[in-house]
Amino acid sequence: MNPLHLHENWTALRTIVIKEVLRFARIWVQTVLPPMVTMALYFIIFGGLIGSRIGEMDGIRYMDFIVPGLIMLAVITNSYSNVVSSFFSSKFQRHIEELLVSPVPNSLIILGFVGGGVARGLAVGAGVTVVSLFFSPFSLHSLPVTLSVVVMTSIVFALAGLINGVFARTFDDISIVPTFVLTPLTYLGGVFYSVSLLPDFWQGVSQLNPILYMVNAFRYGLLGTTDLPLALSYGIIIAFIVGLYLFALILLNKGVGVRS
Amino acid sequence: MTQPALEIRALRKSYRNGFEALKGIDLKVAEGSFFALLGPNGAGKSTTIGIVTSLISKTSGKVTVFGHDLDREIQEVKRNIGLVPQEFNFNNFEPVAEVVVNQAGYYGIPRREAWQRARHYLGELGLWDRRKDMARTLSGGMKRRLMIARALVHEPRLLILDEPTAGVDIELRRSMWEFLQDINCDGRSIILTTHYLEEAERLCRNIAIIDHGRIVENTTMRSLLAKLDTETVVLELRAAAHQLPAHDSIRLRRIDDLTLEADINRGEDLNHLFQLLDGAGIRVQSMRNKTNRLEELFIRMTQTVESTGLDTRRAS
Repeated sequence: MNPLHLHENWTALRTIVIKEVLRFARIWVQTVLPPMVTMALYFIIFGGLIGSRIGEMDGIRYMDFIVPGLIMLAVITNSYSNVVSSFFSSKFQRHIEELLVSPVPNSLIILGFVGGGVARGLAVGAGVTVVSLFFSPFSLHSLPVTLSVVVMTSIVFALAGLINGVFARTFDDISIVPTFVLTPLTYLGGVFYSVSLLPDFWQGVSQLNPILYMVNAFRYGLLGTTDLPLALSYGIIIAFIVGLYLFALILLNKGVGVRS
Repeated sequence: MTQPALEIRALRKSYRNGFEALKGIDLKVAEGSFFALLGPNGAGKSTTIGIVTSLISKTSGKVTVFGHDLDREIQEVKRNIGLVPQEFNFNNFEPVAEVVVNQAGYYGIPRREAWQRARHYLGELGLWDRRKDMARTLSGGMKRRLMIARALVHEPRLLILDEPTAGVDIELRRSMWEFLQDINCDGRSIILTTHYLEEAERLCRNIAIIDHGRIVENTTMRSLLAKLDTETVVLELRAAAHQLPAHDSIRLRRIDDLTLEADINRGEDLNHLFQLLDGAGIRVQSMRNKTNRLEELFIRMTQTVESTGLDTRRAS
C-alpha cells in the first residue's frame, strides 16, 4: 500500500464499510431480526423448558450457561453469512468490478468486507444480548476479554466467509460450508454443554474445534468460567485471523474467482 | 512530449483451454484522441479492454497508460482510467446516487465532494431526479447513462466505453454522442468500441480494427475511408427505366422496375451520375447510401483476415 495515498485509502475503506453496513441495514428484516427471533426460541426451549430440568452446568444455572454460547453462535453465523453473501452477490451481479477497476488495494477490499461482516455480527450479537436479558440477568466478568474475543471471533468468520465467497461459483456453494461445517462445529463447540462432560477421547477431539476456544473465552469474559486456558484461546483466534487474512490476500492478488 | 493515453505492445492473452484471444497486438492511442476500436464479436476488443482495466490478467506484453506501466504502477493506471463496460455491472439494489458516490469513494474522493460530483454528472446525464430510486428501476438507456456518470466521477484522463449505446434508442444515442464529444473537447481521451459503425465514423478521429486477436488496421478515420475505391448508392425512380446508360466510372444495375443501384468510383462527382441519368430520361425520386462507408471497409477487412487463413480459433 502506497503511504502517499493514505488519505485516499482511508476514504476508500470507509466507503466499502459504509456500503456494506447500508446493505444489511436496508434489509434488516432479513438480516438482523431473524437471528434474534431464533435465539429467543433457543432461550425458551433449551434454556427455559429443557434447561430447568438440567439444573446447573459447571456450577452455573443452565440458562445462564448457554447465553454466551448463543450470542457467539449468532455472531459467528452472521459475520460469516454477511460477507459470503455480499461478496458472492457482488461477483454474481459483477459489481465487484467497481472495486477491481479502482485503485483500492486488495488488502483494503478484504478489510472493507470484513468490516461489514463484523458490523453485522456485532449488531446481531448486541440484539441477542438484549433478548437474553428477558431470560437471564446480565453478567459481565471482564469487559476487555468479552469485547476483544467477540470482535476477533467475528473477524475470523468474516474472513472465512470472504474466502468462501471467493471460491463460490453458485448459490449452493455459499450455503454448503455454513450448513455442513459451520453449524456442526458451533453446536459441538460447547454452546450447549461443557466439554468436561464428554469422555476423554471426545474431549480430545473437541479440542481440535477452534470454535470451542472462542465460545469458552467469551464465556469467561461474561461469566468468569472456562474449560480451557484463556491465553491458548487468544493464540488460536489470532493465528486464525493472520492465516485467513493472508490466504484471502493471496487469493485476491492472484485474482482467484474474480479475474480471468 | 506528452505521453500517449494508452500504449500496448505485443499483448497476448491465452486461456487455459488453449484459446488465444490476443495474438500479440500493438496499439497506441494519443492523448486527447477519440479512438474507435472495432471488431466482430469475439475479435478481442473486450479482452483488450479487460486487460487495460485490470479485470483480465494478460499472458504477456506491455501496457502503459499516460506512461504508467500496468505491471509496476497499477494504482496509477487505474486512477487514470474510467470504464463503461458492455454489461450492466452496478448493484441493482443500490440507489442511483450511491452507485456514483461509492465509486468516487473507491478513488479516495471524500464523501461530500463525491456527492457534489455525483450531482454534476447525474445532472448532466439527466439522472439527478432519479437519484433516490433503486438502480434496477431505471430503463436500459438510463442504466447506460448511470455507468457513464460512474466512470466519470473520479474525472479520469482516459475514458473507455465498451459498446455504450447498445440497446439505446436513436434520440438518446445522439444526445450521448454530443455528451461524449463535449467531454472529448475538454481534453479527455476516449476509446470506444461499438457495433454501430456510423457511431465510430461520426465520433472518432482514429480507428483500429481487431479481428481474431490481431490488429488488422490502425490509422486515422480519414485515411481509412480514403481506401474505399467505390461507393454504392440506391436510387428510387419516379418511373421504370427501360434502358440503363453505360459509363466507365459509374456502373448501374437494376434491382427492380423502380430501383437502381450505382457503383461510383472514388473521385467521381455525383453530378456526373445525375447528368448520365438525366440524359437517359431517368427521373430520380430519392437517393441513399447502400451501406455505411465504414461498414463496407470493416466487412472487407475482417473477411480478408478470414480468407488469408489467419483464423486459428477453429484450429485451436
